[in-house]
Amino acid sequence: MSLNHFLENAMSEWMRVKGADSDVIFSSRVRIARNLAHIPFPMLSTASQSEEVIHLIEEALTKDDIPEILENAELIQMADLTDLQKRVLVEKHLISPHLAEESTSGAVLFSQDESVSIMVNEEDHIRIQCLFPGFQLEKAWKLASQIDDWLEKHVSFAFDEQCGYLTSCPTNVGTGIRASVMIHLPALALTQQLNRFIPAITQVGLAVRGIYGEGSEALGNLYQVSNQVTLGQSEEEIINKLQGVVRQMIDHEKQARERLLGMSPIQLEDRVTRSFGILAHARIIDSKEAMKRLSDVRLGIDLDLLTGVPSSVMNELMVLIQPGFLQQYAGEKLGAEERDIRRAELIRERLGMERD
Amino acid sequence: MSLLCPECGKRPATLHYTKIVNGEKTEAHLCEVCAQEKGEYMPGFDNGFSFHNLLSGLLNFDMVSSESPNIAQQKTMPRCATCGLTYNQFSKIGRFGCSDCFETFRDRLDPLLRRIHGSTAHQGKIPERTKGELKIRRDLEKLREQLARSVESEEFEEAAQLRDQIRSLQEQLSE
Ligand SMILES: [Zn+2]
Ligand SMILES: [Zn+2]
Repeated sequence: MSLNHFLENAMSEWMRVKGADSDVIFSSRVRIARNLAHIPFPMLSTASQSEEVIHLIEEALTKDDIPEILENAELIQMADLTDLQKRVLVEKHLISPHLAEESTSGAVLFSQDESVSIMVNEEDHIRIQCLFPGFQLEKAWKLASQIDDWLEKHVSFAFDEQCGYLTSCPTNVGTGIRASVMIHLPALALTQQLNRFIPAITQVGLAVRGIYGEGSEALGNLYQVSNQVTLGQSEEEIINKLQGVVRQMIDHEKQARERLLGMSPIQLEDRVTRSFGILAHARIIDSKEAMKRLSDVRLGIDLDLLTGVPSSVMNELMVLIQPGFLQQYAGEKLGAEERDIRRAELIRERLGMERD
Repeated sequence: MSLLCPECGKRPATLHYTKIVNGEKTEAHLCEVCAQEKGEYMPGFDNGFSFHNLLSGLLNFDMVSSESPNIAQQKTMPRCATCGLTYNQFSKIGRFGCSDCFETFRDRLDPLLRRIHGSTAHQGKIPERTKGELKIRRDLEKLREQLARSVESEEFEEAAQLRDQIRSLQEQLSE
């Protein structure tokens, strides 16, 4: 499988296929951190030790018992990629910013459908990530665990009876699991209920942060909800708890949508169609505005206020309009203003409104 | 009934959040404008402090409390024999250097892990390999006790059998 495949298609499987509750939950992700015993963690390992880690993973990949999903997967070295290529992979959520920016001896492998990526020499030696569309945390955990079982047959993991799986950062120690969902909360944002919600979620040991945007501005009303605690609870307990809280968030968001639709239908329709009009006709648009309009349009599609636009359009566009992808598409480096022009162009094309 | 922001006394306090500084929880109530000015809150949320700041806050707390009883303790600050990381360095960067750091810093880790996770004991998955070894080690312990008893009661035939079993388990472990 060539690297170009992963770089050129904006749409990963998780964006194209609809999962359960995909009108609110765009994706579910489980990532587990593992380290090899007897080799210092990547922060302190020497070049030859890092190579050894890569070598051990490569060797495991040649074994007959390799999980079907990883057949033909190849390790890609970060050093062989340009900064722009790395950025595109980050924008597709296939690799972490840490692997792209900080790792000197990092590598990654993807399953063909991009639902699995295994990062090597990130903050930990190994990070297994499974990403599925919609609300499918359990499925993501089962697959990650299965890959973990397979890998463990061929390499020996740093494990301690008391502390569990040993990781570079104390916040990952134990299960090494980070489970998260990408959730779209336009109605809770519109009805100004998020300020009430977010502290409550933090109180039960979960973290909420914006997915796009510098610092903490949540562009496009997209949030990531994830577990914070990794020690003292089993993986299943952690997943169940996250699932329970997310389920409540889904219900509240859906109620808020119904209420908005019931109380101010014309205002809501105006907001949706106005945003659609801007996206369909603008000649210059920055990512902040684009994300805001895309959020409105997606809400309109999910509430049947807009027809004829596939709902995956926002999932796809929110990746396509990121700076890395825009430049990958243009085949050259672009300044901020040029990006805003290209972004508007791309959105118009994608919405199929250019008829001349 | 909405609470007025204690900072400006004008706008309603719409943001309520918990801050943890050096392990102490404090409740804060502010209006959006004041919260933003104080840098406590950014629109969108991410309650003003990043998790890594929080983490180094927790670690600093450890350093302060271990420094105060006597300064000489600083000099005997544990250093991991495998990767060379000292506890001091660990508390600055918030990262372990290798898996042996856990053993070296074990005494100091419990309070830290408890503050982060509310627990210090792993409850999740165990690698199959470790599971097998654990079982063998526990079986060995039992067999050795039985052996001691059978020698004591001069049941030599049984003792010989137990020795064979112990030997084969030991071989499995060293494989
Ligand atoms: Zn105020
Ligand atoms: Zn160490």
